[in-house]
Amino acid sequence: MSQALISVRNLVAKYGERTILNDISVDIMPGEVTVILGGSGCGKTTLLKNILRLQEPFSGSVKFWGDEVLQMDEPSFSGILKRVGMLFQNGALLNSISVYENISIPLELHTKLPEEIRDRIIRVKLSLVRLAEAIYKYPSELSGGMKKRAALARALALDPEILFCDEPSAGLDPLTSAALDELILDLRKQLKMTIVIVTHELASIHRIADRIIFLDGGKMLFNGTLEAALKAGIPEIDTFFRVGRF
Amino acid sequence: MRWEYRGNTLILGGGLTYRTIPAAYHSVFQSLKRHKPSEIDLGEVETIDSAGVAFLDEIHTRLASKGILLFKGARPEVQAVIDTFSSIKLPVPIPQRSMGWFEKLGDDALNAGQNIYQCLLLASEIYYFSLVGLISRKGQRKGSFVQQAVLLGSQALPIVALLSFIIGFILSLQSAVQLKNFGANVFIADLLAVTMVREMGPMMTAIIVAGRSGSAIASEIATMQVTEEIDALRMMALNPIRYVVVPKFHAISLVMPLLVAFSILVGEIGGGLIAIGYLDVSLPTFVQRSIEITTLKDLVVSFGKSTVFAWTIVIIGSFFGFQVKGGAEGVGKATTASVVASIFAVIVLDAIFSLLYL
Ligand SMILES: Nc1ncnc2c1ncn2[C@@H]1O[C@H](COP(=O)(O)OP(=O)(O)OP(=O)(O)O)[C@@H](O)[C@H]1O
Ligand SMILES: [Mg+2]
Repeated sequence: MSQALISVRNLVAKYGERTILNDISVDIMPGEVTVILGGSGCGKTTLLKNILRLQEPFSGSVKFWGDEVLQMDEPSFSGILKRVGMLFQNGALLNSISVYENISIPLELHTKLPEEIRDRIIRVKLSLVRLAEAIYKYPSELSGGMKKRAALARALALDPEILFCDEPSAGLDPLTSAALDELILDLRKQLKMTIVIVTHELASIHRIADRIIFLDGGKMLFNGTLEAALKAGIPEIDTFFRVGRF
Repeated sequence: MRWEYRGNTLILGGGLTYRTIPAAYHSVFQSLKRHKPSEIDLGEVETIDSAGVAFLDEIHTRLASKGILLFKGARPEVQAVIDTFSSIKLPVPIPQRSMGWFEKLGDDALNAGQNIYQCLLLASEIYYFSLVGLISRKGQRKGSFVQQAVLLGSQALPIVALLSFIIGFILSLQSAVQLKNFGANVFIADLLAVTMVREMGPMMTAIIVAGRSGSAIASEIATMQVTEEIDALRMMALNPIRYVVVPKFHAISLVMPLLVAFSILVGEIGGGLIAIGYLDVSLPTFVQRSIEITTLKDLVVSFGKSTVFAWTIVIIGSFFGFQVKGGAEGVGKATTASVVASIFAVIVLDAIFSLLYL
């Protein structure tokens, strides 16, 4: 078995006194698309944020490429962050600059690429998320789904080795959503990107998931392939897939 | 990344990635000018990412015009990446044209005209609904008037008190030295009363209120606007002006004259200390002269203009709040603009009042 890219052990996350995640242990395998599932408010976003140290976990350990990150100092951890892309649930584009500049920022600040190359990369990334026409627009001029896609283009700017997406297809029409799934599969296949996605779209899960992690009540109920999940006979998971089927 | 020429062929090899491109970029393009290859062999390229593809596209675009250029021999997995990330077929977007200065001048003038018109329109609505609101409390929450009065008024007391005290004190100190030279000590009372009542009280208070409450009003309304709260109010069939602005308008109309009266009083105390302590004026004389010199007209004008200042601050604050453009970053801009505009308006209005009622 190959080495896990990210391994999370006994992670406990709290907001004040309230425990949101209780003793979560997960391995993210290289080159796989891992889908995190669970009801609204069960702690999926919290899990991503704790793994990426955007919130300090209460206890537990998180390793990226075998290195423990929770005690790591700022410079070494930012070295890791450069290899990771994150699409936030609400996009989190910088509002005061255009879409073009939003994507340009990581390229300008983390690489020495000349401008004409950066320009090409920006245009390609935007056309991959089907947003070429919004290139010079400002975030406030975009629809919800467009913001999401612009943010995805920004997350992809540096061809990250690991991509985290918090509900990439929420608010998108089925066609655009299917195109994004295609893109995710392309990225996995061609750049060997490791992808962790939070999504509720059953169609999407069937298309892209290599592995499923199901959260419920702060616990991890299941971790394995989609087929195994459907056969496992866990009532919560069965309900989730039965009710959602159309 | 490796590169070499064999005859008419440029052979690229190794990794074409974010990490390797920047170092090799300029020397490769220099050599292209000299060698003018007709083919590029990608057979030895092992890894490529979107920076590598952009690099190949750049070579293609620059050289394609000078003759047919062929990329050949890429491994299938490299070719797949090239196909995904190629920018050659993408349309080049036209950057937005920026305005010339003359056009900008005209545009600014038009905008300024529009803004003043819109602001007056808003002012008329606010006055209308404030009058209506006096009679009927419909569309306003219970307790919002009191809440606003506390927020805009009583919480401003400490800072108004402190600044007025200092102003009164300094003003008297500066004049005291001069008055003493002429032995005109007792006139300190007249001087202080006139300046505090006519100018300093209303003006200082208005500037503090503009900075404190004007900015709060603008940022509150602007935030509500960008987070769609204003739209939500409309959808609940509530008039945003009635719901948000009118309670503030009523509260500030009541609170402002009180603040000004307070400011004048505290300023007199600050000045009184100098008069009694430094100029040896007795307390009864100081009080008596202060009251005698202050006419009813002075008081009416003073409180009248402070009410006008208060209204101006609310109107300008709400105007910039409702006008906010863009997302969250617009809120900061709206707030700053409203403070600058309302302090400007207060000073100009004050000048007009001074000219009218000297
Ligand atoms: N900043 C916060 N302060 C306190 N509690 C929070 C905070 N953010 C989230 N929570 C709580 O943590 C729990 C998990 O939130 P989280 O955002 O991780 O849910 P989620 O699984 O991503 O839900 P969704 O699918 O709706 O995005 C929720 O019950 C929420 O009430
Ligand atoms: Mg979430």
